[in-house]
Amino acid sequence: MKLYIALLAAVLSIQLTSCSSGANPGNSQSPSSQNQSTIVNTGSDTMVNLALAWAEQYQTKNPDVSISVSGGGSGTGIASLINGTSDLANASRKMKAEEYDQAAQNGQEPVEFIVARDAIAIIVNPSNPIDQLSLQQVSDIYSGKYNNWSELGGEDRPIVRVSRETNSGTHVYFLEQVLRMGEKGNKTLFSPDTLLLPSSQGITSEVRDNPNAIGYDGLGYVIPEVKVIAVSKGGQGPYILPSVDSVNDSLYPIARDLYIYSAGQPDADIQEYLDWIISPEGQTIVKDNGFVPISAQ
Amino acid sequence: MKMPASGKEQTIVFLIKVSGYSTIVFVVLILFFLLRSGAAALVEVPLSNLFGTLWYPIEEYYGLLPLIAGSIIVTIAATLIAVPVGVLTAIFIAEIAPPSARNTLKPLVEVLGGVPSVVLGFLGILFYSNLVREALYLPTGLTALTGATLLALISIPPIVSISEDALDAVPRSYRDAALALGATQWQTIWRVTLPAARSGVLTASMLGIGRTIGETMVVLMVTGNAPVMPTGLGALFSPVRTMTATIAAEMGEVASGSTHYHVLFFIGIVLFLISLLINLTASAFIFRQRKRSERILS
Repeated sequence: MKLYIALLAAVLSIQLTSCSSGANPGNSQSPSSQNQSTIVNTGSDTMVNLALAWAEQYQTKNPDVSISVSGGGSGTGIASLINGTSDLANASRKMKAEEYDQAAQNGQEPVEFIVARDAIAIIVNPSNPIDQLSLQQVSDIYSGKYNNWSELGGEDRPIVRVSRETNSGTHVYFLEQVLRMGEKGNKTLFSPDTLLLPSSQGITSEVRDNPNAIGYDGLGYVIPEVKVIAVSKGGQGPYILPSVDSVNDSLYPIARDLYIYSAGQPDADIQEYLDWIISPEGQTIVKDNGFVPISAQ
Repeated sequence: MKMPASGKEQTIVFLIKVSGYSTIVFVVLILFFLLRSGAAALVEVPLSNLFGTLWYPIEEYYGLLPLIAGSIIVTIAATLIAVPVGVLTAIFIAEIAPPSARNTLKPLVEVLGGVPSVVLGFLGILFYSNLVREALYLPTGLTALTGATLLALISIPPIVSISEDALDAVPRSYRDAALALGATQWQTIWRVTLPAARSGVLTASMLGIGRTIGETMVVLMVTGNAPVMPTGLGALFSPVRTMTATIAAEMGEVASGSTHYHVLFFIGIVLFLISLLINLTASAFIFRQRKRSERILS
């Protein structure tokens, strides 16, 4: 739901942008509006609400800058950065080596900015007595090694694994950092009976209603009706709950950086916007949207 | 006496011809586009992978069998629910119900047909799937059965509507003759009216099946989308992933021109062929019926 609203807003903002006809890279015939500048920002669906909130606040402060934000996914954003249709790409993962190669072929040298952090929370139904799991246990649950909660000290119930769809950056992160524990060459796959749900909303509603379910989602999408599991990196503990503090202190093991990439060294307007995002004011918006600010001021 | 065709009439005839032929042109264009974008999958992916049992496209496992099986399970189950219920509802409306009930029932069925599938999916994921899980003691309510029952709800209205029209078109004299020979109302319906309306009822059922296999939103929302290879009847009570849901979920973010992109179009070709097969079977069947009845009548 949230995503659809965000997309609608994105479309609206694109229309507004095209009305004001600024100096975006593909459109330089704007002699009338010298001071108006346009920043085109595409990418990660995880970050689209955050990016919209930034753009909205920044535009009210700087009326001569107009920022158009749209989602589509990290890969889509990076692709449009490389082919020159957008100025900034939001990404919930690092750019891949192949993507850097493609950019180099187009004579670009993308610059990476870390703009926020995101913790991925493991969630279960509130009636599930289990409060904590190790990373290895979560991996074994999703790979299909454990099939009943009693094997983990819970009730005698089947485990229902719930995941995002394979096109989600969150799914890929979870596969690499949780299922495969960050090990290169580890070829573990999700158990084929894992439910692949197309939205964060689908995951939270299944976990809220189904006492057998386990799911994962960005901290910003967790609702109070589900229980968040404390996770430990090794087998022995300590078991840590995801929060702003535990992510900043690098205690919570399933946290990732969120990035914005620019096509090259950014020009003055874009640099100013990026500086503002990293400033305390921009990072307050990060916190309001349920993400973790990059430094705990 | 034949009037010379005026310019106005020629224009109208021309427009009618164009719209008639345009359907054929569109189908051919769609087929051409599907083949152009999807045929590459046959070259890029080894057949043992393409027709394997593991679907995990981000690691280059493109096994289509679980998806095809998923679509077939959901479609068969939905058809087994929708066709009997739909045809019986049509019989009730056309033959049994008093005129007052008939005048309320038919519009109500058409209202059901107007409910957008995304709304049904939303109700399904919020309420109905929990009901299924609790009533049948299943691990999860997002199953093939949940999807099939909701799809049946979607395909019942067209089945009722078209079957009812077909039953209505059976001449009054057929029923009068049957009743005059001493047949009961049930015997008249089962032995005379329904067989006479057979081709319309069959068309209705085929349209219903076509609607079911192509429906996307509901199955994407309530069947759980797990690409499990079905092993037996139990598959009806476990999550499935259909071809339509796969295309809808993955097309959005796939890189244009990649192997994954070609495979998704290849799924489109498979879906197209299955629909074509259903329609050909239906029209062959209807054609055969008509010839037989013509023979009897002559």
